[in-house]
Amino acid sequence: MPEAQTKTEAGAVAHRVEYELQLYNWMKLIRAFEERVSRLHRQNKIFGGVYSGAGQEAICTGICAPLQPGDFVAPLHRDLGVFLVRGVEPGRLMAQLMGKETGLSRGKDSFLHGGDLERGVFGSTSMLGSSLPVAVGAALKFRMKRENHIAVAFFGEGASSRGDVHEAMNFAGVRKLPVLFVCENNRYAYSTPLEKQMAIEDVADRAAAYGFAGHTVSGNDLLAVFDLTERVTRRIRAGGGPELIECKTYRFHGHSEHDAALYRDKDELVQWESRDPIPLYEFYLEKRGHDIKRIREEADARTHEILQAAVEFAEQSPYPKPEEALEDLYASPPAAGRRQAR
Amino acid sequence: MEITYIQAINQALHEEMHRDENVFVMGEDVGELGGAFKATEGLLAAFGEERVIDTPIAEALIVGAGVGAAVLGMRPVVEMQFADFISCAFDQIVNMAATLRYRHGGRASCPMVIRAPSGAGVHGALFHSQNPEAWFTRVPGLKVVAPATVYDAKGLLKAAVRDDDPVIYFEHKRLYRSLKDDIPEGDFVVPIGVAELRQEGEELSIITYGGALNQCLDAARIVAKEDGLSVEVLDLRTLLPLDREAVLKTARKTGKVLVVHEDRLTGGFGGEVAALIAEHAFEDLDAPVRRLAALDAHTAFSPPLEEYILPNTNKIVDAIRSLAAY
Ligand SMILES: Cc1ncc(C[n+]2csc(CCOP(=O)(O)OP(=O)(O)O)c2C)c(N)n1
Ligand SMILES: [Mg+2]
Repeated sequence: MPEAQTKTEAGAVAHRVEYELQLYNWMKLIRAFEERVSRLHRQNKIFGGVYSGAGQEAICTGICAPLQPGDFVAPLHRDLGVFLVRGVEPGRLMAQLMGKETGLSRGKDSFLHGGDLERGVFGSTSMLGSSLPVAVGAALKFRMKRENHIAVAFFGEGASSRGDVHEAMNFAGVRKLPVLFVCENNRYAYSTPLEKQMAIEDVADRAAAYGFAGHTVSGNDLLAVFDLTERVTRRIRAGGGPELIECKTYRFHGHSEHDAALYRDKDELVQWESRDPIPLYEFYLEKRGHDIKRIREEADARTHEILQAAVEFAEQSPYPKPEEALEDLYASPPAAGRRQAR
Repeated sequence: MEITYIQAINQALHEEMHRDENVFVMGEDVGELGGAFKATEGLLAAFGEERVIDTPIAEALIVGAGVGAAVLGMRPVVEMQFADFISCAFDQIVNMAATLRYRHGGRASCPMVIRAPSGAGVHGALFHSQNPEAWFTRVPGLKVVAPATVYDAKGLLKAAVRDDDPVIYFEHKRLYRSLKDDIPEGDFVVPIGVAELRQEGEELSIITYGGALNQCLDAARIVAKEDGLSVEVLDLRTLLPLDREAVLKTARKTGKVLVVHEDRLTGGFGGEVAALIAEHAFEDLDAPVRRLAALDAHTAFSPPLEEYILPNTNKIVDAIRSLAAY
């Protein structure tokens, strides 16, 4: 997002209009990327676990768009969109999913476990919730070095049941650290519905117990997420301490691409599909006076091009060499004589 | 009837829950979904929500609550969705469960089973491929089993449920649907702590367990055919307590031992087996004990890396040949 403050009122309006279109393009790119990944997975070109974030694009977009370079973001396992909005090259992301040398982790790990710290994206492990203490540590560094950055940690409502989440929030509250906790509450943890996970409806309620503010917002309403995030991050950046944003949303796909999600009610899915964040935002743009048909076509064409290039780049990239399996383990690798023989 | 390894697990759970109303299962998605791998399929319908408990994502809770119920006489069978996540319950296992009897002066027990789907070779990458057994095989008070056959999958699980100590049951994901066998119907147990000779041989012994067994048997067949080598294959089945006699017996018999496991080399369980043999069967050895295991790296995602890291039949064949030639 261009940082520059516009001088005139008209300039500001034009800037906002352009920015709102950029938000749209991001959501469209994320959705198209997600759908392409699912297709490639069906074609066996991407293997391993694939966790689609389709339906939750407004969250990655609305949370990340107001962030600044240098902020630290720890995404959850569905947040492909975080990588894209933070500016990770689509080709490298696709290569990551295919286990290629040019991927973020150079073939070491799958899907979203490879980070891109140059763009402030931290690679998580699979262990749900374990990135939250790490984000707190990043915030601690910002505090110690008087840096005006914030740390953002995404987690599912499912992950919120883990002790790590409690430990992180408690300490962030005690020290008033610059952390934004983002809960993507899509009502299911794999097959387990919300009511079997917690005795309350809103994860945001827990924030009060840690001494900071918790907010709920429709995670499918891009503008709502974006506006709230702008306000909240401004406060956090100004030293106001951590806050929690809980985004109410829904997973369009199964838990992973292997999961038919038969445990879910069809009506429920239909209801949520009718709250698809993309048409919802298109409606807004239309109300704003845009020619939505044209904008959609342009976005589709652009994303198609980006994805073609990304897939081509990834497919043409080589696999890592087998011996690289023993690289990247240490900053100072053991002396040659001590290395394992094979 | 021919059933798969995962069906054997499922049968054992059904039968044990029928046999003893104190047996119950608990874990993430074990109810309606029947578990991520369908190990607990049908249990909810058969036994209801009280005995088939879906938990939040909270491994420390799952194990800790298991301990609490077990110490009062229940027999929980708790599930880690993947063995990799067992690290999230580490304290409850190695401190809470493992020391329970000891710190109560032998007057309390913890009859709990922790099922842990482990193993690599399914493109699971760093966090869905782990073989974490060696973190636990050095903890007194725990028992650790790793069935490698359909028969053992059922019999060892039944034995684990009936055992009065905490048992970690490592079930290998690659075997779930690839292994099929015609096993006797109805009740039988495979005793914990007893290894099984899978193949008799004269010139060399392979000692292995879990997911590596079939690769070892394949390798033994190959060298029998191509090199005329007679290889003995010992399946440990239980790692803790280790069947020391069986290990030493085969080592003394053939004088050459290859230890194979899918877990990493350094600090892996093979080191314990090799040390045992070096200490107690040194005089009978004709060659140093050789170990073949995963390289000391994380189980990488990209196929060429994964293949390079993990043991496989060809690597076992090579190791047999070089040891035989010693
Ligand atoms: C500690 C841990 N336990 C179990 C799992 C297996 N697992 C992966 S995703 C998932 C559900 C996550 O639910 P939630 O946090 O709500 O995120 P969502 O998938 O709904 O986006 C589970 C149980 C895991 N990855 N980590
Ligand atoms: Mg969820």
